[in-house]
Amino acid sequence: MESVLSRYRNLVILVGVLFLQVLGLAVQVKRGSDAQDTRLIRIWAVGAITPMEKGLVALQNGSSNLWHNYLYLRGVRAENRELKEQIEQMRLEQVRLNEDAAQARRLQSLLAFKEQYISKTEAAQVIGSSGSDLSRGIYIDKGSENGVQPDMAVITAGGIVGKVLRVYPSTSLVILINDQTSGVGVILEKSRLQGVLGGTPNGEVMMKEVMSDEQVLPGETLLTSGGDQIFPKGLPVGTIAKVGAPKDLFLSITVKPSANLDRLEEVLVVLQKKEKQAVAADVPRARAADILAQRLPSVPEQPAPVPSAGGAGTASSAAKTAAAGAQPSHPESAGQVSGQAAGPTAGETAVHSTAGSSGTGKQQVADPSVGTKKPLAPAVAPPTAKPQGTVSQPRTPAPQSDTPPPSDADTPH
Amino acid sequence: MQILPTSVPITYTSGEQIEVYRFSIPVTIGVPLVALFLQAFLPRRLTFFAYLDLPLLVTIFFAMARRNPIAGLLTGAAIGLTQDCLTAGPIGVYGIAKTVVGFAASSLGAKIDAENAGTRALLTLGFYLLHGIVYFGVARWLLSLSQRFSWSHGVVAGIANAVLGVGLYFLLDKLKQRT
Repeated sequence: MESVLSRYRNLVILVGVLFLQVLGLAVQVKRGSDAQDTRLIRIWAVGAITPMEKGLVALQNGSSNLWHNYLYLRGVRAENRELKEQIEQMRLEQVRLNEDAAQARRLQSLLAFKEQYISKTEAAQVIGSSGSDLSRGIYIDKGSENGVQPDMAVITAGGIVGKVLRVYPSTSLVILINDQTSGVGVILEKSRLQGVLGGTPNGEVMMKEVMSDEQVLPGETLLTSGGDQIFPKGLPVGTIAKVGAPKDLFLSITVKPSANLDRLEEVLVVLQKKEKQAVAADVPRARAADILAQRLPSVPEQPAPVPSAGGAGTASSAAKTAAAGAQPSHPESAGQVSGQAAGPTAGETAVHSTAGSSGTGKQQVADPSVGTKKPLAPAVAPPTAKPQGTVSQPRTPAPQSDTPPPSDADTPH
Repeated sequence: MQILPTSVPITYTSGEQIEVYRFSIPVTIGVPLVALFLQAFLPRRLTFFAYLDLPLLVTIFFAMARRNPIAGLLTGAAIGLTQDCLTAGPIGVYGIAKTVVGFAASSLGAKIDAENAGTRALLTLGFYLLHGIVYFGVARWLLSLSQRFSWSHGVVAGIANAVLGVGLYFLLDKLKQRT
């Protein structure tokens, strides 16, 4: 026996080392995912490799910053001027979007929606990769010392990137959405069809679990559905690149990710997300009116049709809304007017004008019985009409007192 | 009878004549670490680098230079397991594959002359494919991961690794120490 062992010593040791590793694999597979508990050997390996990566990335960034911030400043003035112009444009756009968001919040609050907000993020730099086709992951330069924890979402301005898998003191391993073990709940923006996003062994991103009888068109945008409890709802994921032949009752849908997963440099780790019920915020009216004046300088001033002093505010806002509704060539303006009317005195009006087109908005708001819910109710869809009366009334008590009661004076003759 | 010093290079053909090299401790630890670092760092900057496997090339080099199967398999196991630690997957897939390659490379290195570029390139290609097969087998049949193995991809990547390997071995030859 001893002679056999000494004769085949090399082979025996090889078999022994392989057996130990297979045993180790079996233990890991039996215990399931070891994402939560980080093994000491991993900490040592990551601790040996990542400092070099961090140092090299810091050196690269330093030299790049030196060049771009201090040496190569050609065209900066022109670029600065262009950016300022862009800021002005975006300010106008922001006001419009704020109005839309306020309207959306009002609608959500009517339906008692709960929203998830990204309340705290941490910017991190990509310092390396896992260096393997088996697992597609990246290392970032933020770890538990910065508040990063496993299962946190990692995003960029373009779209989602992945989730934190393992956390070390000063680095973290992020598993990308094109890894074959990843899974993200997604929803198609237009058709509202839900599915699961995952990766393939060759690094493609696929939308899975969509039945073959559903219609999915290339080019459609994909958003997070929030169902995975990791990514907040509504973040951009990508677009449908190809819809292949069905396999096993499910469509084969290839997705082009919004974020460039091969060229990631900086990412955002979502440290905290809050879930709260949507609350309609009061939008400052003066600001919206300023923007309206800039956009529609030719809109003539409408005479206030309300003789009573208490209803002047509401009447003028209704008149402006009517003016916007009468201008079909300015749909954006119509939206803004509805936003303006969506102030504290005319919250209900905003809801109604959103529900219909600009034309219906005009009709609804120009209705002589504006301010009272009874005549307005038939003009909107039944599901929206019911909660509106119940929720918005206590939320806006002041306008009720300002609004004139329906009288003969309001009725056009 | 006077023995004349040999002035002509010796062509190693038998097991006894093949030289065995050793490496200093900083080289033994530092070179694999640098290879692992580059493997993790470069593919995000240079996409084509994802086809290369620097830790494997280092494993082959050390195993063939030492010509000791036990040292070869232990070198392969250590490098492979460290590479596993950097991935999100279970520890042992690269470990097993590189253990086998380390053992095979050192066993073969003890029997044939692997000092010229052509032999090294062919051996590297062969070991790359062996590594790929073992890696695929472990991932597929031990872990049930949906891995794909493509011969065409393997051969092309193997040739790329062989070309890089020949250059890399030439550089690493300078770190060898005769026993």
